Amino acid sequence: MATLTISHLRKRFGHVEVLKGIDLEAATGEFVALVGPSGCGKSTLLAMIAGLETVSDGEIRIDDRLVNSVPPKDRDIAMVFQSYALYPTMTARQNITFGMESRKVPKAEQEEAVKRVSALLQIEPLLGRKPGQLSGGQRQRVAMGRALVRDPKLFLFDEPLSNLDAKLRVDMRTEIKKLHQRVGKTTVYVTHDQIEAMTLATRIAVMHQGALQQFDEPATIYARPANMFVAGFMGSPSMNFIPAMLTEKDGKPVVEIAVDGGGAASLPLPYAPARRPQDGKVVLGLRPEHLFRFDAELKARKPALASLIAPVDVVEPTGAETIAVLKLAEREIVGRFDPDGAPRLGERLNLGVDMANACLFDPVDEALIPRAPA
Amino acid sequence: MADVALNAEYLAASRAESRRYLWSRIGVYGFLAIFALIYLLPLFVVVANSFRSLPEITHNGLIGLPHDLTLRAWPQAWSKFCVSGACAGIQRNFYNSLMMTIPATVISTLLGALNGYVLSKWRFRGSELLFVCITLGVFMPGQIALMPWAFILGRLHLSNTIYGLILVHVAQGLSFTTLFCRNYYVNIPDDLIKAARIDGAGFWRIFFKIVLPLSPPILIVTVIWQFTGIWNEYLFGVVFTSGPQQPVTAALVALSTNQMNARAYDVASAAVLIGALPPLLIYFFGGRYFVRGLTQGAVK
Repeated sequence: MATLTISHLRKRFGHVEVLKGIDLEAATGEFVALVGPSGCGKSTLLAMIAGLETVSDGEIRIDDRLVNSVPPKDRDIAMVFQSYALYPTMTARQNITFGMESRKVPKAEQEEAVKRVSALLQIEPLLGRKPGQLSGGQRQRVAMGRALVRDPKLFLFDEPLSNLDAKLRVDMRTEIKKLHQRVGKTTVYVTHDQIEAMTLATRIAVMHQGALQQFDEPATIYARPANMFVAGFMGSPSMNFIPAMLTEKDGKPVVEIAVDGGGAASLPLPYAPARRPQDGKVVLGLRPEHLFRFDAELKARKPALASLIAPVDVVEPTGAETIAVLKLAEREIVGRFDPDGAPRLGERLNLGVDMANACLFDPVDEALIPRAPA
Repeated sequence: MADVALNAEYLAASRAESRRYLWSRIGVYGFLAIFALIYLLPLFVVVANSFRSLPEITHNGLIGLPHDLTLRAWPQAWSKFCVSGACAGIQRNFYNSLMMTIPATVISTLLGALNGYVLSKWRFRGSELLFVCITLGVFMPGQIALMPWAFILGRLHLSNTIYGLILVHVAQGLSFTTLFCRNYYVNIPDDLIKAARIDGAGFWRIFFKIVLPLSPPILIVTVIWQFTGIWNEYLFGVVFTSGPQQPVTAALVALSTNQMNARAYDVASAAVLIGALPPLLIYFFGGRYFVRGLTQGAVK
């Protein structure tokens, strides 16, 4: 059963439409990430789910109950804010119990709940301190404690990690994932960080300019992005887009791209596209990790490996991997290589392209050209 | 050798530099001292005269050090001197002022806090316009309101009463208290209010449990501002009350202008000092909060 169902949801501020008909759902226990660049409407959507923004049009249901005009406190939700929003004059314990006090929960029950949550989050020693005496990570924990203590139907997170430094952010990310696995609450999590979305979510909703671009499992979003926006937004370094021609050779589909020094390379496509745009113009999408140094052994393992020659322009070793910028006719593409046998600066690399993972997009509407069913 | 020569040259330069610095300091402090003296002179005259005897003042002139210290003027001013017909000093007027200033300060500050809370955290259509209208009162001279107030107080049967003055001062003070509190509350993050709403707190609970506990810095500023302003105000006091109902500022005016016999400079001086004491004490105890509160911005 779906805990959260959103249908045809619209939000207008004056004449500006910031949400243009969103359809979304979260099954019970699911972790849905709303991801997109700033200004895409993801935070507005979350505020509407929380009841902090009014609904212009459409429906929000929590556990099948229409909540469009239900005040926040009666929606059975809890929220963790980007700024943590801890009450500065109260101790961590008072912060956690404030909601229960408002709801007139008996003292003994409050005590019990605080004990349970503070053990879960390991914040027992911090309970007597005020937010000003806590570090960023500790505040984050207390804020999560305040949300957890209510045992709500729905958890809402609004960019909870963006105020932490890089290392702590990764730790807390793991922590949130563990927490979700343990308590199994339906969660909606807003972030602009695609890695957070990929690592945490059971399903990701990618938003752009107030519209939902794609709503699917992380693996699908990554491997078969619905359009060029999703393809470019998810993944870092982002997907290479190369203008190409879709033709046929011996009855098999082939993608032709221009290469350095004039001329073209034809890359055989191991699958049949469901449709062919008029005049055959397409955009070939290649993820950096699907580029290799070509050799026969690899070709034996990856039969869809096509090859072409590309000069190496820039080499950036990061330790775990080496990022290389390669020249391809008028444009550059980025590849991600194993440090062993990584491209060298100035080398004319014999580049292997794994066409099994290649995506084709229609250059007119930027949508993915799906694969024909085999 | 070259080093030594260089060194000497450097020392001479630095000595000249520090001499210049010294003189510029002397100039600055001397300048400030002169202005401080000018500013303190009237206060000095009043304090000195309150300890001089009347014959000595009339003989030696208004400005002068006390020859022999006499405390006679103080009890006179407090409880014996005749002001507009009644011979009980300014004691009664002093109490009037307290009875007027304390409630007017408390009420106008609390209402200002409430206004500020609504105008910053519960905005509605037109709330910005309303705020502009309220702050307009900051620039409105009190005289403009004299006639309307006379009419209102008459209608409410509050003419010549302390309650009438309380009402006037609460209303006249709202512009300032609202401005102060609203501008302070704007800096309280909205997320706090949202979190509290999700936590099930309503309008009043958020105000009393979250906003007010964050408010002491601005409340102290507002209280000092209102107390000093209301205590020192005398136009409304003079116009709307008379005789034993008057606040101390109005009584001081009566005392210094309405004299049958020779002017009692000694008693007048003592009375002025008594009348100036409460705001001074307030500033003395709360002054550092006042300065801090005015310069302090966010609550983070």
